[in-house]
Order: sequence, then C-alpha cells, then structure tokens
Amino acid sequence: MTYKAEFRVWRSAGANTSDGALVDYTVEVNEGEVVLDIIHRLQATQAGDLAVRWNCKAGKCGSCSAEVNGKPRLLCMTRMSTFGEDEVITVTPLRAFPVIRDLVTDVSYNYTKARQIPAFTPPAGVAPGEYRMQQIDVERSQEFRKCIECFLCQNTCHVVRDHEENKPAFAGPRFFIRAAELDMHPLDAREDRKDFAQREQGMGMCNITKCCTEVCPEHIKITDNAIIPMKERVVDTKYDPLVWLGSKIFRRS
Amino acid sequence: MTDIERHPYDVVVIGAGGAGLRAAIEAREQGKRTAIVCKSLFGKAHTVMAEGGAAAAMGNVNPKDNWQVHFRDTMRGGKFLNHWRMAELHAKEAPDRVWELETYGALFDRTKDGKISQRNFGGHEYPRLAHVGDRTGLELIRTLQQKIVSLQQEDLALHGDAEAYLKVFAECTITTLTKDGDRISGAFGYWRESGSFILFETPAVVLATGGIGKSYKVTSNSWEYSGDGHALALRAGATLVNMEFIQFHPTGMVWPPSVKGILVTESVRGDGGVLRNSEGKRFMFEYIPAVFKAQYATSEEEADRWYADPDNNKRPPELLPRDEVARAINSEVKAGRGSPAGGVFLDVSTRLPAEEIRRRLPSMYHQFKELADVDITAEPMEVGPTCHYVMGGVEVDPDTAAAKVPGLFAAGEVAGGMHGSNRLGGNSLSDLLVFGRRAGAAAAAYVDAIGPDRPPIAEDQVAAATTEALAPLTGVAGENPYTVQSDLQQTMNDLVGIIRREHEIVEALGKLETFKERAKRVTAEGDRPFNPGWHVALDLRNLLLISECVAKAALERTESRGGHTREDYPKMDPVWRQENLICSVDGDQVTITHQPLPVMPTELLSLFEKEELSKYMTTDELSTLDTTAGEGGRP
Ligand SMILES: Cc1cc2nc3c(=O)[nH]c(=O)nc-3n(C[C@H](O)[C@H](O)[C@H](O)COP(=O)(O)OP(=O)(O)OC[C@H]3O[C@@H](n4cnc5c(N)ncnc54)[C@H](O)[C@@H]3O)c2cc1C
Ligand code: SF4
Ligand code: SF4
Ligand code: FES
Repeated sequence: MTYKAEFRVWRSAGANTSDGALVDYTVEVNEGEVVLDIIHRLQATQAGDLAVRWNCKAGKCGSCSAEVNGKPRLLCMTRMSTFGEDEVITVTPLRAFPVIRDLVTDVSYNYTKARQIPAFTPPAGVAPGEYRMQQIDVERSQEFRKCIECFLCQNTCHVVRDHEENKPAFAGPRFFIRAAELDMHPLDAREDRKDFAQREQGMGMCNITKCCTEVCPEHIKITDNAIIPMKERVVDTKYDPLVWLGSKIFRRS
Repeated sequence: MTDIERHPYDVVVIGAGGAGLRAAIEAREQGKRTAIVCKSLFGKAHTVMAEGGAAAAMGNVNPKDNWQVHFRDTMRGGKFLNHWRMAELHAKEAPDRVWELETYGALFDRTKDGKISQRNFGGHEYPRLAHVGDRTGLELIRTLQQKIVSLQQEDLALHGDAEAYLKVFAECTITTLTKDGDRISGAFGYWRESGSFILFETPAVVLATGGIGKSYKVTSNSWEYSGDGHALALRAGATLVNMEFIQFHPTGMVWPPSVKGILVTESVRGDGGVLRNSEGKRFMFEYIPAVFKAQYATSEEEADRWYADPDNNKRPPELLPRDEVARAINSEVKAGRGSPAGGVFLDVSTRLPAEEIRRRLPSMYHQFKELADVDITAEPMEVGPTCHYVMGGVEVDPDTAAAKVPGLFAAGEVAGGMHGSNRLGGNSLSDLLVFGRRAGAAAAAYVDAIGPDRPPIAEDQVAAATTEALAPLTGVAGENPYTVQSDLQQTMNDLVGIIRREHEIVEALGKLETFKERAKRVTAEGDRPFNPGWHVALDLRNLLLISECVAKAALERTESRGGHTREDYPKMDPVWRQENLICSVDGDQVTITHQPLPVMPTELLSLFEKEELSKYMTTDELSTLDTTAGEGGRP
C-alpha cells in the first residue's frame, strides 16, 4: 500500500528559498493517510521548518485550511486515496488571505468581522436557568453553530477572493450565518439582524452563487438556509417606506 | 533587551480553552486589564474537540439529581482520591455555570419542556451532561469566544478601544514565568508568526494550558498538549499533584494507523452502543469490579431495559468509569479476542435506527465515514484505548485556584486534585467553567490586595529566557527535534502506559535521562518566523520534565487506582488512599514527596453508605468514622 508521491508545496521566502516558490518533494504515503499526514512527514524528514496550522486532525477545529490542487480543503480531512498514485499533489495557502509563511495565512480579517456583529442580546427579565426553548426552534440556529471557523467559505467567495477592495464592506458567508443564527435564535432580543446584515455586512454584494456552501466541510447550507432567508426578509422591509425612513433617521442621529 | 515588546497587564491568562476564557471573562468583569495568550488561533483550543457534554446536576431529565449525587459520583469515579472541596464546589456550582452560558447565547439541545437536555455518561448516576449533539466543546468555546467579543464591544463603546480591557494574543507561546522574589512578576514568550519575543509585565498569571497528551504516541490530544503549564508552574516553584494518574480513554480510533488515537466519544455508549470482542460477546459483564457491583447490571436483558427504565434497572457495564473499560479492552485484546486492527468492536448500528444515529452522533458519523470509510449506522467501529486526559496538575487551593507561588493560579486540565485518580466524562467541561471563574476572580482579588506594590521585572531573567529560547536555532547540526519527540512518545507509550510494571518504569526513567541529554543538542533548521521545528524543540523541554514527573510518581505509587495500574501491585490499597504524591523541581531534578490527603468533613462523608466507604478506607479511618459520623448512611 505504501508508495512515493510527488508533492508540490508552496514555500515562502526564507532560509531556504530567496523568493516564494512551489517546491517539489517526493514523499512516502501509507494506507489511510490524509494530506496533513504527508505534510507532517515532510516536516519530520525533509523540511523541519515547513509552516502549517493544525490542531485536532479530525475536522473539528478548522485550523488546517489550505488549497489542494487549487481546491479549498481541510488538510486533515483530505484522504490521499482520493488521488491517483501518479498524480502530482499541489498544496498552497488560502488565496483570499495574505500569506504569513508557507501554508499559514493571516486570517485576522475574519476576527475583525466577527467583532462587528452585535453580540447575542439576552432577553430582558429572563433569569439564568429560566431559558425555555423548543428543540425544533433551536435547530435552525444550531445548524449555523456547527461552524468550525475554517474560513474556507470566506476564502472561496468571489466577492473577496480576488477583490481585496471589497473586504472592508463585506463580512462574508461565515458571518452571514452568524447573523442568521442570531436572527433565528428564539430568545435573542434584537430585532434588526436582517437589516444590519444588509446595511452593515454587505450582504447585498452576495449574488447567491452557492460556492460557499459547496466548500463547507460541516455541510452547512449557507446560501439556502441563511443567506436567502435573510435576503428575502430584508427585501420585504427594504420596500417598506416606514422602515426605510426609520433606518435613515436612525443613522443620522 | 530593547527589542522585546512589553505589555503591562493586571492579569495574564495563559490558555484560551474553556478555563482560560472563563477566567478572563471574570477578571475583566472585575475591572482588571486582562490578556489572553494562546498558542493557536483564537477559538481553536483543545476544548473545541470535546464531544459528549458538560456535567451539571440540573435535574432536567431526572429530577432526583442534585449536587450531592453528582459529588458522590465524582468521588467514586476518582476512587476517593479527589480533593473533596474541589469536588464539592464543582458539583454545587456547575449548574449555574451552564445556565450562565445560555445568557451568553449558547444553544444546547432541549428536553420536551424546553429545558437543557441531559444525557447519560459513564459513572454518572443520572442523565447529567448538557450537550449539543456530539460537538459540545465547540458550543462551549464559541459561546465564550462570543462573550469575549461582546465585552470588547462594550469596551469599544465605553473607551473607544475594543481591546482596552481584554485582548487576545493568539499564536503566542509563553516559555518562562518571571519572578520577583517568590512572587510572579511576568510571562515571557514568542510570537509564532514572527518569532520575536514578548514580555507581559503582570503580577497575576492564570495557567489554563490544558494537558500533557503529547508525551504519548497514541493520544486524542493535539500538538498543543505538551504540558507547558505544568512545566511553567514547576519551574516557577509551584507543585504538581497526582501526576501518575493519566486517563486512557477506552475508545480511540485504531484504524487507519494515521488516525490512531483520535477520540470516539463516550456518548456512543451513553446512547446505547455496546462493546463486543471478536467472538461477538459483550465482554464488559465479566469486568465489573467489586466496588461497583451494586450499581451495574449483570445481564444483557437488564442492561438493555435500563435505557428505557433507569429507575428500576441497573446500568450497562459499558458505562463503567473509563479506567475500568480501558483495562477491560486491553485484556480482551491481550487474550487474543481483539478486532483485526488490534482493538475491539463498538457497535451502535444494531442498537439504534440509522436516522437516529446520524442525528445524535453526527460528528462521529462524519469522522468514521471520512477518515476510515466506515458507516457506523451499518457496521461496528473498531476502537481501543488512547491517552486522553491528565488528572494530575498544579496543586491549588480549591476555593481560589491559587498555586503555591503568590500570583500564580491554575484552572482546567492543568490543575490537579479535582478528579482524583480518574475523571468522569463530562466533568472536565464543567470543571473549566467552575474553576476558570474562580481563578479569574481570585487573580483579580490578588491584584487588588497588592495595590500599587507591583512586582518589578528582573532583567537578568528576561535575558536568560531569551538565550534559552534561541538555543535550538543557534546550535549547529544537532539532532532533529522531531526524532527526540517521537522517541519520547514511544517510550512513554510502551513503558509508562495503561498497564505499568516496576522494571519498565525504571527503564523509562533511564531513557528519559538520555533524551534530556539529546534535547540539549537539538537544532531546528530555518529561521524564526513560524518555524514548527523550533517550536517542537522548545516544547520538548516541557514534555521531558512532565514525563519524568509521571514516571517517577508512577514508580512511587505501589498500588492500582483509577488511571494508574500497576501489574505488580494490582490491588487498590486503602493506605495509599490517604496519600498524595507531590512533584517539585530543583534545578533539573524532579522530587516526589508524600503528603496526606485532605480529610473529608463528616457531612460529606455521610453522603455515602458505610459499606461503600469500607471498600476504600483503612480500618483505622473506619473506626474514627464510627465515633465522629455516628449513624453514617445517607441523609
Ligand atoms: C477529543 C476530546 C474529547 C473530549 N470530550 C470531553 C467531553 O465530552 N466532556 C468533557 O468534560 N471533557 C472532554 N474532554 C476533555 C476536555 O475537552 C479538556 O480537558 C478541556 O477542554 C481542557 O480545557 P482547558 O481550558 O483546560 O484547556 P484547553 O482547551 O486545552 O486550552 C489550552 C490552551 O492553552 C494554550 N496554551 C498551552 N500552552 C501554552 C503556552 N505555553 N503559551 C500560551 N498558550 C498556551 C493553548 O493554546 C490553548 O489555548 C475531551 C478531550 C478531548 C481531547
Ligand atoms: S453565495 Fe454569496 S456569500 Fe456565498 S460564495 Fe456566493 S457570493 Fe459569496
Ligand atoms: S461556514 Fe463552513 S466553510 Fe464557512 S467557516 Fe464555517 S465551517 Fe468553514
Ligand atoms: S486539524 Fe482540525 S480541522 Fe484539520
């Protein structure tokens, strides 16, 4: 079952290379292994300083995001058996974010966006321990809370993937589901989640291509279950002149 | 040392798992400027991997549950070696800490009447684990992360700066604690991204660094678990307790080899999964120890009835505490009744409808499908023991989480005492919340108490820390740090693993000495920015120190109890129950001393039947019990 695979891995400028470049490696692969295992083998045997993020090795923490043959993937959940033994496997960092080193990118954009969404607002007058919600009502938000913050959806979305200039105005699919999650939370006290998503998160720039949904390793139906419902209701309110007026007045004051 | 960036803080929390985040929230809510430092990105700490749930006696599913029952289960699980006061505080405060999470926005699974649902788990008398499917840790960490964001939003509104009172230093590793006399004065470390150094000037440090699993080859733990907090505490002059007790979780994946050790949650058994050997036999019935005979079913029929009618039937032996199940699996495999890949079979496919399995255990379904090509709704899983959790840790005051060194606090997996010789599933997540909060509060109180008398930084300590950190990069053509690390892991696995023998531990200690020598000469190729080889070299010092503590304590304790099984001393010994083993370091040398276990007060002792206590206690203890406790028995 063991064979030698050809890997091409992005290496940043550093001690070994003067410029960033794809570097070729020939490396052993054993039965059942995933791409992350091979990267680790490279670290242990040929490239001790090869930078990669990982933690759980089981698809739970969302640390090991990168691109394998150009596709955004979790390295720990990409099995080697999905490639031919003679296939060259190219591993590169996420394209939408600045590279720190090798396969590690600067994902601070996401943490900035996270901080811009108003937090869960507890219902007034309900003491801790007194929260009552039905399973069926929490399930919609629970789907979005499965998010492991791998940021593969953020990396894929064409609005920012090759358009740095859109980043300030666009929160991205990960944070549209956060908005939807709070909107659908049975006890969240804020009423303006949809409006906020449209007004402040740039949801209007999303044209529902569904690319985000396709790459989500948690199989969250980002577009169908979050973005579309959020947009539909925003559209309703957007054409309501009173609400429209209300939000204008609110913004000026 | 002008090139080192410096940050003054009131409280520095090392670790961004459940314990660290809860501590930081508390310190900030008490008005302290607080830093959170962590090795990974924010939100990726180990807590994210916890699956089963958080134990809290809310009594939502079975109203008979209360803190006394939870306390009793915790002490039983720990084989009465737990610090009684920690177990008491934990059982009393866990429900409030879980409910509080709902006010931060957490969404747990619900009961029919809309309360937080609770599930069965090993060693818990009633359904007690608050959960979200099998991704409870993710919910916990995300909730705390979002609470921190919400506090930062408040600070932005109030002070114009989101990070005025609470700032996260992610991908930043602390390598040394500095001291002023005998008290803490700061924390020194490096940024992973740039490799440049950073110094926190702070009177109070909360260690929340998690465990030590990376000293073993087969483990459910990630690279972060190199025992940093344990080692930082030791080197700063604090003590560790119970280090011989390591929990081997009975069910880790065994195939394919590259995922060996990855956890299969206990919820699989809690929700009806059973263990079988290669002969198809549910072997756990053969392994019910005398101390647990009264609480576990002796026939398959009774065990199966328990799921629907727990009041009138005893629970299945698959739900015995983890140490028992792990040893049983070990014995079956040794006896030649194992599965093809060297584990046993864990089957839920014949026990629940496929739809139900996918709903209750979604991430297990996913994990086996994607990593092993196994459909758990149609076929059994292959599982075997994996190093999972360290019961031992920093010796702390139960009420304040304060270590022996002024200004040093510890909470979560890095702290010792709470779980005795064996932790019950679900008791960690609740432990993080209960003692994380207490550590944050006590650190804040400590800062108030010292007032303007802030400890100065001794520059020679900073210089020494710098030299030490740079050593692997400055050496020439030394050994590869990955090789030493993997030799160490193999040694601990083989010689100080789930079943221990004197000559093997002695052999391990001999090898550790040679590893120490090799570690001094490791060199990392490359330069400072994000260089994992360098990071491994630095972690290695901690792994070695902690492995030595584990091995020395394991050699010293000549009995078997919980997460410490000595083949040459297979019995639990009541005399040893009165003893804690304390580790400290002097220079590079680990010393073990004996210390009497704190004595449980009568009102807590009276929660147990005398007959049960007689299985754990010496005759002397039992006779004093007669005079002090009077009647004994349940209240
Ligand atoms: C797969 C798995 C499943 C589990 N399931 C359950 C469960 O269902 N129920 C339960 O109760 N328990 C469970 N546990 C145990 C529980 O998850 C852990 O014990 C607990 O999460 C530890 O939390 P913590 O806050 O102590 O530390 P962690 O969450 O591990 O966080 C440690 C933090 O410290 C940081 N750190 C470490 N060293 C340094 C350093 N030198 N400098 C800076 N930062 C540092 C790390 O970066 C990290 O942020 C499980 C464990 C595993 C591995
Ligand atoms: S559906 Fe919207 S958010 Fe998702 S990738 Fe397409 S444009 Fe981006
Ligand atoms: S929504 Fe899915 S793809 Fe996006 S960050 Fe979360 S888990 Fe990753
Ligand atoms: S390492 Fe956690 S998702 Fe890959």
